[in-house]
Amino acid sequence: MSEFTLRVNGIERKINVAPDTPLLWVLRDTLELTGTKYGCGAGLCGSCTVHLDGEAVRSCVTPISTATGKAITTIEGLSPSAAHPLQLAWIAEDVPQCGYCQSGQIMQAAALLARTPRPSEQEVIDAMTGNLCRCGTYHRIRRAIARAVEAGGGRP
Amino acid sequence: MSPMSRRDFLVAGAVAGSGLVLAFYLPRHGLHPAGEQVFTPNAYLHIEPDGKVTVIVARSEMGQGVRTALPMILAEELDADWSQIAIQQAGASTLFGDQTTGGSASVRTTWDPMRQAGAAAREMLIAAAAQQWSVPVIECTTQKGFVIHAASNRRASYGDLAERAANLPVPKEPKLKAASDYTLIGKPTPRLDTPSKTNGNAEFGIDFRTSGMKYAFLARCPVIGGKVTNFDDSDARKVPGVTHVEKVGDSAVAVAADSVFAALQGRKALKVTWDDGPNRDLSTAAIFDVLRKASGDKSVSLQSAGDVRAARGRRMDAVYELPMLAHAPMEPENCFALYLGTSCEVWAPTQVPQDVRDSVASAVGLKPASVRVNVTLLGGGFGRRLEHDYAVEAALVSKAINSPVKVMWTRDDDMRFSTYRPPSVHHLSAVLDAQGWPVAFSHRLISPTISGQKGQPGDGGIDPDLKDEASFLYLVPNVNIEYVAPPCAVPLGWLRSVYAAQMAFASESFLDEIALAAGRDPLQYRLHMLNDEKEITYFDTRWQTARLRGVLQLVGEKSEWGSTLPVGRHRGIAAFGCFGTYAAEVVEITMQNGDPKVERVVVAVDCGQVINPNILEQQLHSAVIFGLSAALRGQITVENGRVQQSNFDSYPILRMNEVPTIETHFVESHEAPTGIGEPPVPPLAPALCNAICAASQKRIRSLPIAAG
Repeated sequence: MSEFTLRVNGIERKINVAPDTPLLWVLRDTLELTGTKYGCGAGLCGSCTVHLDGEAVRSCVTPISTATGKAITTIEGLSPSAAHPLQLAWIAEDVPQCGYCQSGQIMQAAALLARTPRPSEQEVIDAMTGNLCRCGTYHRIRRAIARAVEAGGGRP
Repeated sequence: MSPMSRRDFLVAGAVAGSGLVLAFYLPRHGLHPAGEQVFTPNAYLHIEPDGKVTVIVARSEMGQGVRTALPMILAEELDADWSQIAIQQAGASTLFGDQTTGGSASVRTTWDPMRQAGAAAREMLIAAAAQQWSVPVIECTTQKGFVIHAASNRRASYGDLAERAANLPVPKEPKLKAASDYTLIGKPTPRLDTPSKTNGNAEFGIDFRTSGMKYAFLARCPVIGGKVTNFDDSDARKVPGVTHVEKVGDSAVAVAADSVFAALQGRKALKVTWDDGPNRDLSTAAIFDVLRKASGDKSVSLQSAGDVRAARGRRMDAVYELPMLAHAPMEPENCFALYLGTSCEVWAPTQVPQDVRDSVASAVGLKPASVRVNVTLLGGGFGRRLEHDYAVEAALVSKAINSPVKVMWTRDDDMRFSTYRPPSVHHLSAVLDAQGWPVAFSHRLISPTISGQKGQPGDGGIDPDLKDEASFLYLVPNVNIEYVAPPCAVPLGWLRSVYAAQMAFASESFLDEIALAAGRDPLQYRLHMLNDEKEITYFDTRWQTARLRGVLQLVGEKSEWGSTLPVGRHRGIAAFGCFGTYAAEVVEITMQNGDPKVERVVVAVDCGQVINPNILEQQLHSAVIFGLSAALRGQITVENGRVQQSNFDSYPILRMNEVPTIETHFVESHEAPTGIGEPPVPPLAPALCNAICAASQKRIRSLPIAAG
């Protein structure tokens, strides 16, 4: 067990875990931020997507030792009032069905728009293809991203 | 109450250890301050003095929208203010009849009770207002949470009337609205659960926790049906955080720890010697051999008309085969349990709270009444959560380690230790007259029975699911639909649309074959067989040929069937009726390097009265994408008794870069609502394969397409 200092959603957190613990389990078990989901444990589905210094990463395959010193953002910290343009667009388009993958979908899309404020359709597809949705909400995800872009949500 | 204080209450109850279920009864919403009068005319709702209307949803929310659709039905008849509707999830209870969420049944089975509950409450609120104002009941109307007496310009909110209404008799046969008076039903309405699913607040089974809770993973024999011979836990116990290693039943060993990661590492370090049992040589080839060899066995009849053997003309035959499939919901199996000696509390993402209650009770030696089952949100279901294996495991582990515990499955566990859609072989034959029209149609399904394997073979050896999923609705003078159910060593389960997907693939592909052999257009061929308006009674459902014709015509019109397609583009069509609903689909593809690329899917359904077109569209998209994943690449295979797939690389599901354009349409109808979660799945695969045949002249008779 080792002590790590993490900066999660703007708050410094000290934790004591095995160094190879994936960031996902630190977030969910230790810090009780359960909005980030476990789906595959192998970086294949994207349900566990969070931001490390603004980049979308799969927290299930990110050892905690590589996350220290970086700004970690989870769905809970994406917007202080849960009113990120993507979250508002997700509500306006009524995207979720079961909802399990949607934190990861939103975090993936947020990382895309932060870097590419007006993505082409192909850029959206390329960015989102790593995120699985078994309910098949892909069309509404695309509509919601387009809506957020139109609302100016893609601007940095 | 905040989530944490609610959970602390659970632990406080547990520590007290009174053993009474009520001692740790957890009201899901910390319901009512003492002394406050709440109007609870029936099991489905209560109205509080502040006007808040809480609708009790006795079905599980797994993405299909029951937490919105069912309250809409009640709110319509109540004339409630939709913005004041809250929902409460019912756990396992004796109040609601069968609470199973499956068989595309939630709306169709609660349509009457939800309407009656709302209408009864509305009549009581009107009676209360009339009494208060000393005016005739007949002069009072309702609108958005108020009773109104227009003649005297008075109005009272439901909240203000709730206390008085609570003392009035409950009407036995409240008057229901005419469909023309609906203001909510049939209108696109946002889902109530959407905001919580965009900010991390939605609580799934995997998110539930209490203080002091352990996490556990189970080591299971990689060979189907194998058992534990012995195990060495010395290395597992060395993993920091691992607290318990216990054998569970005779076929698994649980490793429990203070954290998920420690439990995972502990399971990795555990050494188990397995007795592989009788299935060590089992393979997919052997499984299909059993089915093929059983094809001539004595069958049971599902549907028959005339005498197919007497029909004379051009005979055609074909054999179709379909693989096993896995559900792979995004949230892997998990369950929380707290066993307390004389009682047990469970928090489960489950489609069957009552079955969980009963099977947990039996497993840990309690009466069902001593087991309290709470239902969380489900991260997908698709039938996987009709099983209660993971809940039983959780209860057994809690009992074994004397601690609250969350049993979790990895994705690998989900793929390899699941229950699977049964494999099937289909023998089709038809006799065509001189004009190419079928005078006989036969379909022999050879597939193991799911219910039979679970010890409930059904009347006359007919798997009960086939009564919703195997009807043949075309008017052919001689029809024989029959069924042979050989045994199968692989654990079987119900997967979205169950036998309907298999029946539709075989029969709708074969119809395409005979239409082409007759030189006829596949849509016109089907419509010709539906020319007469007839009712076909298939077990408990009265099917109408006109409604199947209706969805075929609608999909034909919306897809512009018969129009010239761009060069390289091809289309196929299929239709099917199941769970009371009629669905037809047209799939358009291009071929790229010999593989189909699905460009466009047009769906038309007739599911009676649509409750919420917004959710209907979601379900249609979902079904198309689910069907496409299965048709293109879905298969579970077995070698040396072991399931070969383990994650989304070996069992791929559709990604965003592969989804086609999807257009959805429904028939405007005020018939009683029927199912929608499953019926749009079955036509997809045959429509796709019919398009592939149009493109390449290659008839696909087994799935997945990628394996061909």
